[in-house]
Amino acid sequence: MSQENSAGALGFVVPQRVRFDAPLTLKSGAALPGFELVYETYGTLNAARTNAVLVCHALSGSHHVAGAYAEDPNNVGWWDNLVGPGKPLDTNKFFVVGVNNLGGCYGSTGPLSLNPQTGKRYGADFPLVTVEDWVAAQARLADHLGVDVWAAVLGGSLGGMQALEWSLQFPERIRHAMVIASAPKLSAQNIAFNEVARQAILSDPDFHGGHYAERGVVPVRGLRLARMIGHITYLSDDQMGEKFGRQLRHGTHKFSYDVDFEVESYLRYQGDKFAGFFDANTYLMMTKALDYFDPAYDYDGKLAAALARAKAKFLVASFSTDWRFSPARSREIVFALLENRRHVAYAEIDCDAGHDSFLLDDAHYHAVMRAYLENIEV
Amino acid sequence: MTERTPGGAGEASPRAMNAKERERFDFAVIAGWIPPGERVLDLGCGDGTLLRYLRETKGVEGYGVEIDHERVLGCIRNGVDVIQIDIERGLSGFEDRSFNHVVISQALQAMHATERILGEMLRVADEAVVSFPNFAYRANRAAIAAGRMPVSEDLPYQWYDTPNVRFFTIADFEALCARLGIEIRERKAFDDAGRAVHDDPNLNGSLAFYRIGLPR
Repeated sequence: MSQENSAGALGFVVPQRVRFDAPLTLKSGAALPGFELVYETYGTLNAARTNAVLVCHALSGSHHVAGAYAEDPNNVGWWDNLVGPGKPLDTNKFFVVGVNNLGGCYGSTGPLSLNPQTGKRYGADFPLVTVEDWVAAQARLADHLGVDVWAAVLGGSLGGMQALEWSLQFPERIRHAMVIASAPKLSAQNIAFNEVARQAILSDPDFHGGHYAERGVVPVRGLRLARMIGHITYLSDDQMGEKFGRQLRHGTHKFSYDVDFEVESYLRYQGDKFAGFFDANTYLMMTKALDYFDPAYDYDGKLAAALARAKAKFLVASFSTDWRFSPARSREIVFALLENRRHVAYAEIDCDAGHDSFLLDDAHYHAVMRAYLENIEV
Repeated sequence: MTERTPGGAGEASPRAMNAKERERFDFAVIAGWIPPGERVLDLGCGDGTLLRYLRETKGVEGYGVEIDHERVLGCIRNGVDVIQIDIERGLSGFEDRSFNHVVISQALQAMHATERILGEMLRVADEAVVSFPNFAYRANRAAIAAGRMPVSEDLPYQWYDTPNVRFFTIADFEALCARLGIEIRERKAFDDAGRAVHDDPNLNGSLAFYRIGLPR
């Protein structure tokens, strides 16, 4: 393929859009009159429709999972190292679907969309959506695509929560759940980090109660801070030490509040980049969706009771240096499944990159993913 | 008389089994103690070959526990349910009596926390099946007497590269069970050609198999 270098083996891909006109009642009780989802597909749905795999994105991800765009060849999908012909999630075998979740800022209906009732952007009036709501919306996409049962639903972090939720909300519609670097609920520390990120946005003078778009401004300072704190939690201490140590930007101490250390420069860069394209209301909502997710909540805190209705087979994987969603959190899922006598394989992968490991192409990690996916019958 | 069990190969061969034969032999003896359809936990399950064998021959519902990355990958390739945790730290995630049998095949000698592991095994399962190489086997004694650490089909490592950390004998294991109040329900011992040993197993047995439990 001539476009191999920029577009990868998958070549150029084209996002698609679908509108659902039936109202969707959300977990909060609010309702959306209808909504649109943008999505991408890779590979071909087989005649029996048994080879469909849904990839769920995490906090800042999108429907653009793999491949690149003809008009933007450097915009390679966020999980392109995993998805494609001959890759662990092999598009020669599977029909892979990526979707931007409801409330997202990559084209699906969200705070940046026009509210049909007011003719203005939703902004802060966009209702809070939860992991459960995302899965309900994804189920409509599955219907639209003619997918009755997913061969697998997978995701990392918040995406893993969606895979788990699929097994609970639609136990008959998912054969395998692949829950990577995830957790059955956030810890107090996790929620605390999210709250700091939210406060950074909420206290930005340009936030305007969430109606910043109406005023033509963006709370970039808040978004930037939110992303900086997030980034710290996605990396491991070891990896940060290895990557930056105490390296100085200018070779000497500047005795000012400008960038002295390389790690400061890195965080500022990441923050600026993120604030340049991500929507603040979406970010707030995503962090709340994370905080609220807790399938055991309605079962007296008993995860095993909550997972009793799951029928899927599971792959659960965690990373040794992930302190944001530590291996212990994955083991909670594993043992709750075990208590329910569900099929589960659990791999605890040595990788020094912290929470972000799930996005990397560590050889052993990818071998585990490949081995599990190869055994899925289609 | 000697008999080669199981498998009923008729006239026993005096040749020592190779690694593959030994593995199959080990599995067959263990499978003989596992009733069909049971829930089985295999500690130190390797690449899941035993669980797969038990699933195929006995229809068991099995889970493996393994710490080694490559072996966990092997289990996933074999389609065997596996949980990657360190048994040395206990089995705290497992509910009491959640398995019919817990198996530890040729792995107890590679673990430090022997007492704790035995206790945990009999907490999570009704009965445990343990197999291990008998360090007091005649050939091993001969090696020591000649001044060298034994290397054999059942103890195939050099002293400097062995994964084994606990070297014990049939007599040692039974003494430990007595001290821990563990009931020995059945014992089988075999020489290195796979022939059942009845006379002085601590001397004549190369491989030992036990069914153990808490007194009922």
